[in-house]
Parts: sequence; C-alpha cells; structure tokens
Amino acid sequence: MRAYLNGNEAVATAVRLARAEVVAAYPITPQSTIVEKIAEYIADGSMAADYIRVESEHAALAACYGAAVTGTRVFTATSSQGLAYMFEMLHYVSGCRVPLVMAVTNRGLAAPWTIWADHQDAIACRDTGWIQLYVETAQEALDTCLQAYKIAAHPEVLTPVMVCLDGYVLSHTEEIVDVPDQEAVDVFLPPYRPEYAVDPARPIVFGIGAGPELYPAFKHYQHQAMLRAREIIEDVDREFAALFGRSYGGLVDPYYCDGAEVVLVLMGATAGTAREVVDDLRRRGEQVGLLRLRSFRPFPVAALRSVLAGTKVVAVLDRDCSFGYEGVLATEIKAALQGANVPGTPEVAGFTGGLGGSDIRPEDLAGIFRRCLEAVRRRDRGESPAVSGGCSENGKAEGINLWLS
Amino acid sequence: MLQIRWHGRGGQGAVTAARIFGLAAALYAGWYAQSFPSFGTERRGAPVTAFTRLDDRPIRDRSQIYNPDYIVVLDATLLETTDVFAGLAPGGIVLINSSREVAGGRIPAGVRLHYLDATHLAREVLEVPIVNTAMVGALAGVSGLLPAEAVTRAIADVLPEGLADKNAAVARRAYELAGEGTGKPGAAYHDSRPV
Repeated sequence: MRAYLNGNEAVATAVRLARAEVVAAYPITPQSTIVEKIAEYIADGSMAADYIRVESEHAALAACYGAAVTGTRVFTATSSQGLAYMFEMLHYVSGCRVPLVMAVTNRGLAAPWTIWADHQDAIACRDTGWIQLYVETAQEALDTCLQAYKIAAHPEVLTPVMVCLDGYVLSHTEEIVDVPDQEAVDVFLPPYRPEYAVDPARPIVFGIGAGPELYPAFKHYQHQAMLRAREIIEDVDREFAALFGRSYGGLVDPYYCDGAEVVLVLMGATAGTAREVVDDLRRRGEQVGLLRLRSFRPFPVAALRSVLAGTKVVAVLDRDCSFGYEGVLATEIKAALQGANVPGTPEVAGFTGGLGGSDIRPEDLAGIFRRCLEAVRRRDRGESPAVSGGCSENGKAEGINLWLS
Repeated sequence: MLQIRWHGRGGQGAVTAARIFGLAAALYAGWYAQSFPSFGTERRGAPVTAFTRLDDRPIRDRSQIYNPDYIVVLDATLLETTDVFAGLAPGGIVLINSSREVAGGRIPAGVRLHYLDATHLAREVLEVPIVNTAMVGALAGVSGLLPAEAVTRAIADVLPEGLADKNAAVARRAYELAGEGTGKPGAAYHDSRPV
C-alpha cells in the first residue's frame, strides 16, 4: 500500500508488521514519535504487544533484554543521551546474544545540548557488539527494520541490531513509502522461536559469570558471529528483494563507482543529496561516484576494497568526530585500504561535517568532490601531496561546519 | 522541483499544512513529494516554518529549502518580525492570510502577492480561526498544482474524523476563492503586484 510517512512512522509500521510482542522505551527527541505511534497501535488493537513503561533508557533496554530471553520478539528505540544511558546494557544484550532490534534516531550528544542529527551517538557505541545499519530513506527504514529481525535472529548471528536513521532529516520528513502486506511480511518473518530461551520447564542461564578460562571463548564466538553476519546481511537483503522487489545492496550501496576517479563514502540520508551531486558532476563529464556504507558493524572490508580499489581519491564524510584524531569512518576506510596491500592504493581524504544538524547542502558535497578532483589533476601531473590540509579552525578549507580532518 | 515554505505560529498548523499538501500531491495528484517541519522545538505562538517539495521524479535532496518557489503565510503579523520573503525564487508567489494588502516596505520587487482572508473564512466554516487547511486549499487554487479533490482526500487522511469534513469544506471554499487553478480569483481574495 502506498502511504505518505516520515521515517519514525515507517519504523513504527515495520515494528507492527514484524509483530513485535514486547516494546519498552523511554521517550527522547527525535525518537519519541516512534514509540508514541506504537503505543497508538497497541491502544487501538492493531498491534498485539505489551508496552512496558520504564523510568529510563537503561531500564528500557533491561526490560527488552529480559523479555527477549524468554523467546519473544522485542523492540525499543532511542537517541543520543538515551543511547549513552543504555551503554552498560548494550554489552549485556550483545554478550548474551539476544537478537533484539533497536531503532536509533541519530542525534548529536551534549554538550552543547542539541536535538539535531549527527552520528556521534551510534558511532560512540561502535564496540558494543551490536550490528549497526544506517538507512537513507523512510522506505529503507521500514524495510531494514524487517530485515534486522531476520538478521539478528539468524542462528549463526544471534546479535542485536541498531537501525540508524538521521534525526529530523529522516525521522520527521514525510515521503512516499510502500507499506508491505502483512501476509508477505509473515512469510518473510515467521514467529520468533529461538532454540534457547528462559523456560521454567527447561532451565538455562543467560548472563553467567565467566572466568579467564571461559570468557575469551564467549568473545571469540561473538566476534565470529559478527563476521558471519556480513554474509547473512547480504543474504537477507537478497531474500527481501525477491519477496518485496527492493534491495539496498546489503553491506554497501555503490552509485556510479565503476571507473570513478573520486568516490565519496558516507552513511545515512546525506546519500540522497549526494546522488543528485554525482548525477550533476557526471553530466559535466567528471568521473565521480558515491559509496553509501550501510553496515558500519560488521565492517564490510572486502566489499569496500573491491569497490574502492581502482579509485584515485576516496573522500569520506563523517557526521562524527574522534576528537584529537579524525572522523571515525575515515580511519576505518584508511585501515581497510591499507590492509588491501595493492599498488595504487587511493588517497583517503576525511571530511567531518553535518554535526548537530548542520545542513549538508549539494554545494557542500560538490565542494568536496571539486577539492578531490583538483587533487587528482595534481597527482596526474606528478605533483604531491594530493588532498591535504588540517582542521580549519580559522574557517579556511570548506569552513567551520565542514572541515578536512 | 517546486519548493514551498509555510510560515505560521506554533499551534496554527503550519506543519500539518505542509504534510497535507505533500500527501495530497503524492497520493492523489501524481507527484513525488517530501514534507518536513523546521527541525527543532516548537512552542505555541512562536514563529514556525514547514516545507513541502514536489517533483515529477523521486526526491533525493535532503538539504534544507533556501529558495522556495511558493511562500504561504498563515499569520500576517509574522511580517512584522520575520523576513517571510527570504530567499524567494525569482518569479516566486506569496500567499498571505490577510483581509487587506500588507505595507510594501520589505516586499521585494517583482513578487506576486495573493491575499485570502482565511481567518474570516475559517470562523465562518469551522467556527474557529484555524486557517491551515484553508491555506492549503488556497495554495492549490492559486497555483493549480493540485485539484481540490486531492486536498480534501488528504485532509480526510490526516485529520481526525470529527474535524475532517469541515476542514475539507473550508479548503474547498478557499480553493474556489483562489480561482480553482484558473487564475480568476473570487471576491474574498486579492491579488496585487507591488512595485
């Protein structure tokens, strides 16, 4: 059914279609309208779930954890400070291999206080053992929530998933969304019946203490499962495409990357704006492309290498900053390409921008491409270094809202 | 691409107007559409902006709107404190809820201004001075972008049952007064081209 929904409504719709059985959440802008909509669904009978009201995000995730280990499909959502407040429980959920799904409506972290979008909140949870998928549109938010339940509960994965959507830019922006039929979703997502669940008739323990002789094995298996998730994410995307006719590329979503001299790598809704810029530059004969990273964890090293290997400059746009170093994605892309150990490894130019809701306009992205294309021309003439420069604290380079890291 | 900026005060329904217009265009008039509020907190009575984009192909640009083609002002007192004309594209059209022409001090040259006394109309039909649906109908009428049926169906989708019928009626009346897309406005409606 063709509907007109914003990103948060699309997520709530997905959770209803996934037949989540327990929802616990604490309100925080810009996430709140997800769980408000779910509460409406439960109140009007269109969703049969228990909504647990809790006193904090920490308690929300603890309640979801408790519900999930009994073998129920659960959901929660948060943003920013709320995600930070969950930090301890994030590790409990992933360590106990609880396959729950959480929407993170991305928002910057205080101080200074902000309610607007960047990726610092989820990026700061990089090493919590959660799969992180970043979406570009309201449609992808809906579809990815459905995929996330399938990925998380796969017996070889059993790892929780964050579905990350940019605050306001997606969460509060309405657009056309095709809402799948319940029957089709039921085929894609049968009822959740895990092999291991807390059941008085068959007692087992989740969340044990483990001494040095056991602990490393837990972490090793957790890591192996996360690595295995790379294939499962791609499989699930293909299976989804076969049923619903929409695919998002699984781990990465390349756009005009074949033969591109400069490829811009980024995550989230900015990809839409970047597609317009790529189209425009391609019409002018510039060899540029876009690589939207969909899966930040697990990190798709092989997929990135194969797309980026032939390029001359890789521009990375981070909506986050690892203070004292650079944007986190830039570091990771550099590491992935360094490990490729092939001659002609492209230069990686990291940009940080769009922090705290700072708008990323087409001309900002065109400026990044222009800067990198100039570097390619210099490199072609045998001059070096290519894209260079420091943090523009004095407003040089692209300006204080967008800097070369 | 066509871009619309809606100006109102918190509580007047500018955000809902942007959504109704986008939904009407997307679901009932064959457009691709995108709508969003001015990102951030909203307070009753404080100036609020909201935005609608229309195009005949999927809309991928996620940046803010800086150069609208249409500006709709739900509350004329905003002209005293806000530069509602900021960034208006050349040849742009401005629709203001007012019973009279506003003073020309800050109005950029060449702007086509349209006035509808939507407050009067809303008091008459809705019995409350809530003008957002009237202004949606008026914009459809003055621009010819959407038929009245698209607007009334969208109102039925967005507003609660008890409010939808009267709001559809006020939107249809505003659409008629604004010329039903023909460029021939009715009596409660003014059209002026200040120098």
